Amino acid sequence: MPPFGLLHRRAWASLFGQLLRPSGLVCIGEVHFHSQGTRDLSPQQMVVREKILDMVIDCFKRHGAKRLDTPAFELKEMLTEKYGEDSGLIYDLKDQGGELLSLRYDLTVPFARYLAMNKVKRMKRYQVGKVWRRESPTIVQGRYREFCQCDFDIAGQFDPMIPDAECLKIMCEVLSGLQLGDFLIKVNDRRILDGILAVCAVPQSKFHAICSSIDKLDKIPWKDVRHEMVAKKGLAPEVADRIGDYVQRHGGVSLVEEMFQDSRLSQNKQALEGLGDLRLLFEYLTLFGIAEKISFDLSLARGLDYYTGVIYEAVLLQTPAQAEECLNVGSVAAGGRYDGLVGVFDPKGHTVPCVGLSIGVERIFAILEERMKTAGLKIRTTETQVFVATPQKNFLHERLKLISELWDAGIKAELLYKNNPKLLTQLHYCEHMGIPLVVIIGEQELKEGVIKLRSVASREEVAIKRENLVAEIQKKLSES
Amino acid sequence: MAERAALEELVRLQGERVRGLKQQKASAEQIEEEVAKLLKLKAQLGPDEGKQKFVLKTPKGTRDYSPRQMAVREKVFDVIISCFKRHGAEVIDTPVFELKETLTGKYGEDSKLIYDLKDQGGELLSLRYDLTVPFARYLAMNKLTNIKRYHIAKVYRRDNPAMTRGRYREFYQCDFDIAGQFDPMIPDAECLEIMCEILRSLQIGDFLVKVNDRRILDGMFAICGVPDSKFRTICSSVDKLDKVSWEEVKNEMVGEKGLAPEVADHIGDYVQQHGGISLVEQLLQDPELSQNKQALEGLGDLKLLFEYLTLFGIADKISFDLSLARGLDYYTGVIYEAVLLQTPVQAGEEPLGVGSVAAGGRYDGLVGMFDPKGRKVPCVGLSIGVERIFSIVEQRLEAELLYKKNPKLLNQLQYCEEAGIPLVAIIGEQELKDGVIKLRSVASREEVDVPREDLVEEIKRRTSQPFCIC
Repeated sequence: MPPFGLLHRRAWASLFGQLLRPSGLVCIGEVHFHSQGTRDLSPQQMVVREKILDMVIDCFKRHGAKRLDTPAFELKEMLTEKYGEDSGLIYDLKDQGGELLSLRYDLTVPFARYLAMNKVKRMKRYQVGKVWRRESPTIVQGRYREFCQCDFDIAGQFDPMIPDAECLKIMCEVLSGLQLGDFLIKVNDRRILDGILAVCAVPQSKFHAICSSIDKLDKIPWKDVRHEMVAKKGLAPEVADRIGDYVQRHGGVSLVEEMFQDSRLSQNKQALEGLGDLRLLFEYLTLFGIAEKISFDLSLARGLDYYTGVIYEAVLLQTPAQAEECLNVGSVAAGGRYDGLVGVFDPKGHTVPCVGLSIGVERIFAILEERMKTAGLKIRTTETQVFVATPQKNFLHERLKLISELWDAGIKAELLYKNNPKLLTQLHYCEHMGIPLVVIIGEQELKEGVIKLRSVASREEVAIKRENLVAEIQKKLSES
Repeated sequence: MAERAALEELVRLQGERVRGLKQQKASAEQIEEEVAKLLKLKAQLGPDEGKQKFVLKTPKGTRDYSPRQMAVREKVFDVIISCFKRHGAEVIDTPVFELKETLTGKYGEDSKLIYDLKDQGGELLSLRYDLTVPFARYLAMNKLTNIKRYHIAKVYRRDNPAMTRGRYREFYQCDFDIAGQFDPMIPDAECLEIMCEILRSLQIGDFLVKVNDRRILDGMFAICGVPDSKFRTICSSVDKLDKVSWEEVKNEMVGEKGLAPEVADHIGDYVQQHGGISLVEQLLQDPELSQNKQALEGLGDLKLLFEYLTLFGIADKISFDLSLARGLDYYTGVIYEAVLLQTPVQAGEEPLGVGSVAAGGRYDGLVGMFDPKGRKVPCVGLSIGVERIFSIVEQRLEAELLYKKNPKLLNQLQYCEEAGIPLVAIIGEQELKDGVIKLRSVASREEVDVPREDLVEEIKRRTSQPFCIC
């Protein structure tokens, strides 16, 4: 058993493939592995994925969102300079003499492009689709180079914090509905962060670099973060210490009030705006009944460049058992307000304020998949209701006629692609695939004008008249 | 400054030259040479300094799906998926890109239409061109010997897009395939049954499924005296018979592809024929064709196929058509293509013209190309061309989304009527005081006060009624 315990065969094989084969080597006579950081989804995995997506989409629809879809790639120039440091992780398409293209890195930038392109001022949309990032994949944590995102966004000029609050409500509904266990949503605000950096006298040019250090506080201790800021990013030690006084703090709405009273921060206009909005947000979240899931966390600094206001990130709170499994997946959902992005695309610079969230289904998928494996749950991968069988030879034509009747009536049915299959083989197939009913036809049945209808589980058989076949089956199916 | 302008002009001209060559279908080497020149020129221009002026658009041959188009798409997928599930298929998913070597050598002439990813220091990758090759790779990789699966996903082809006719560079395919060694023609018949069920359920008009067999085509060419080396190229000429006349096809074969006129005539005797099972019987009696082992195999399988299709009740939708020659290289047996006989045209609409809406066939050798020991897994499948179907359904459905800016109650109610929302829950000061919610049926305009705590129950009750007559 490999030490990690969780890697299934394919992931292992892929890792070995990377270790043993230098890139670019053409393998002759070898089974071709996946491209690094991607994977197929088997039928069992697809069932789990579709359950998750159905649940997420139901929630989005419940909140009145309409679905949008955009192409897998955009003009390269659309994606340039939207992702800051992460821009190096974008997959480019080869220049084949036409437009320069890149695979989309998220669903937010395409959304902003869509709004600007179609001059839409208001929209509540959701989008479910794959995105691509050339990160170093860590398969154990469910992080791939190709992965699925579920985004929900509200675009438009509205009264403050109502849509923002709805986004957080949606995140809570989704995470609760997926029954992943206890979770926490960290909330912060870009303006508060910028305000803190300003009052701590961080040079403007270092803002982004320092933010990305602060963001690591959820994974590494303060002294390591401080060291990075001072030693690697050239920050004065006193400045780092001042930052530390703020960013290690988290709490509820009382922390918001405290920050309002902070002598330095309250001098900063930006920070005050951010704090005011957070105060309003907490009011609404209390009305939504979710305030106890929300933590105002001053260390939340989130990578992407385009956020302008509130930012949030949901993390699962692990039980000790989960921590042992090393299944630390990081955040499972995140988002924020980004008021300036559409303006970057609009030819006249008109902007449309936006706020949204993204559910990281891959990580959720990894957790649920693991859980099902541990529980030894068997998942049906087909929905077949009836199997058409015969104990005798030379009954293919009868089986084909029968199954055609069933399909015409909308009944989900299968038969073996064999001229003369053995009855036992057919019954084993039913048991293996979880098919509940079998219809059996043979010489005797043909003579008597009946079909045997058999329950696979109970093995009870009953003879029914041929002309009542469909009706009887439908009755039987509705009973179960 | 002037230097740069001159350089930009050179780039523009070279770009047009490349486009021109592609349109004329010049040789691959020539095109590559000119593309290289273009890239060199572009490189001289250097990085774009200053303002980013770009055109706000999706890449050529791609499009966004608006909410309205998504609604159409979901309706169509629902029909297709429920049919696939009715036939017991599992579903899989594969990555959008494959190792370049996986796709190499699988698509014949069409290989130049594959999108490559830039070499960024890792593996060489390409965007998938269809869902069949990834499926074969999946089977080989997992050493599967049988599976019945469907897969719905986008594929990518650097084709000449004709968006008005539903031809894009990024488009959906809905594939259903049966892999495994089975008794002959049963899975093949089921594929045709599925195609018919789907096209019927979508109600996009009357259709016909043309059927042929690679072995019959190859056998026919052999007895007509077509040189082996010309088989594929003559196939692609024959395939055009659904769009152009026999005269034109013959001219292309003789004039452009160097086929002897008598050979062309001989081919013409066969490929202009189509019919039902009687044509199969007729050809089995054909003095020349019956001497060819391949053709006999193909004809024998078609005869069996027609038997099964008759039992399924769909034989009247199937036409054995000797001109069906379908592009892709990997078919080894039966091939089929569904065409709409007449796209329904409503007042003021542009007819979309005839074209195929679904196709497929048997491909027994593909998995063996991926398996290290060359182990074969026979496969047969079909692909639904949904983009064309979307266009047709879109033209028929009327859906309107309204966004109102004014929160006035009247406007909110109008929004509901137009959007088809059946119920409105209204709360105002009075309702708050009384501890009720006013529940209003949009259709009947009747209002009733519902106690706050009973609201959810009442809504559930009303919306569970048939046709949601709330």
